[in-house]
Amino acid sequence: MNDTIKTDVVIIGAGPVGLFAVFELGLLDIKAHLIDILDKVGGQCAELYPEKPIYDIPGIPYITGNGLTEALMEQIKPFKPTFHLSEMVTTVEKIGDPLFRVKTDAGKTFETKCVAIAAGGGSFQPKRPPIQGIEPYEDKSVFYAVRKMENFRGKNLLVVGGGDSALDWTLNLQPLAKRLTLVHRRDEFRGAPDSVNKMRALVAAGDMDLKIGQVTALEGDDGQLAAAQIKTKDAVERVEVDAMLPFFGLTMKLGPVADWGIKMDDELIPVDTGTFETNIPGLFAVGDINTYPGKLKLILSGFHEAALMSQKAYHYVYPEKKLVFQYTTSSTSLQKKLGVA
Amino acid sequence: MSDVQDAANSRAHKAAMPKITYMEHDGTVHTVEAELGATVMETAIKNDVSSIVAECGGNCTCATCLVHVDEQWFAVVGPPSEEENQMLDTAFEVKPTSRLSCQIKVTPELDGLVVHTPSYQGR
Repeated sequence: MNDTIKTDVVIIGAGPVGLFAVFELGLLDIKAHLIDILDKVGGQCAELYPEKPIYDIPGIPYITGNGLTEALMEQIKPFKPTFHLSEMVTTVEKIGDPLFRVKTDAGKTFETKCVAIAAGGGSFQPKRPPIQGIEPYEDKSVFYAVRKMENFRGKNLLVVGGGDSALDWTLNLQPLAKRLTLVHRRDEFRGAPDSVNKMRALVAAGDMDLKIGQVTALEGDDGQLAAAQIKTKDAVERVEVDAMLPFFGLTMKLGPVADWGIKMDDELIPVDTGTFETNIPGLFAVGDINTYPGKLKLILSGFHEAALMSQKAYHYVYPEKKLVFQYTTSSTSLQKKLGVA
Repeated sequence: MSDVQDAANSRAHKAAMPKITYMEHDGTVHTVEAELGATVMETAIKNDVSSIVAECGGNCTCATCLVHVDEQWFAVVGPPSEEENQMLDTAFEVKPTSRLSCQIKVTPELDGLVVHTPSYQGR
């Protein structure tokens, strides 16, 4: 068990709004840790539209999702935030006034004065294929991620998909597996050409199987797969499998937020528009995940919300101090924090 | 207004606002007017076709706006681009006539288009 990490604010979600919150908090000497389930920062900007232009960031006529993410990372550099990527927050528990204990699925524990939920549309989680009766097998013999390769040694494996995840795990697990079968809907792969070539070489050498089609049914007992039915262009085959690994990309799901005792309204979190605080003092919600009269799901709204949230968070982090509002254009103290004075 | 003008206006109207029919898997049918240049996805969202999710908002990066183009219309609509085909790899229930509706732009030729929605968009 790791030591508890103590900080001022834990920001859940490293999308544009979570990143900008670091800036607004930083100007007020508030330290932040960011946690994101993706393996990269930028949230939807990075995952859904990295190369697509955004036209409604004030003062920036045109910028791509990646461009905005990079610019925000540059802007928050002076505040040296700590990132915890590929981790999902599992619990947020109020243990003080205000003080929260935050835990992640990677086993980390944080003690933080405030929590800012900037989780956008929720967390990006693997798409689950619509195979009837798949649920009981999940996490027992159907896996959407590989945590420990050793667990697959000597087994009959079924990998499904045509992207880099499917190909990478095919190549990594094939030497360990008893027999590996890759299933994809068409005989073209969007993964890296080198991986595709390596996979095809294994198939040509008879060291693995490639089937063009889709998995239509599963057989097994008590969560343990025994076989899968694969429908190809002109046949239905039964393949013996011990484990299946489907890779169909990610989709946004609300995730564990609903279990933290926060008042929710149809998968959104109602907030006070003066502070962007939820019904729990010290627990804030900014960006697409919150709701209030007139809410617009725009990045610019999230930026505004992060600024107001930071003012309120200051009172929790420094209860004895008086906050004097300052401008970055004229305040030497702010400029020193930004490293420009 | 003369009959001739009426007919002309009607033709112009037809070209300006093609009709699209969405047949949802649960049997709900929506026949709606679409704006030229909009996408079949945007038109669905505007008209509350609930089985079109469009998580990414039309960037061809999520595959949650899948439709099966009616067989009779597929030749008019045409096949997916390679970029779109790659996203179709992450969709389910994909058929030879499946397309991502965010990648179909509404043109006058699509007046009367019929698309079917799948039972599952991945979420």
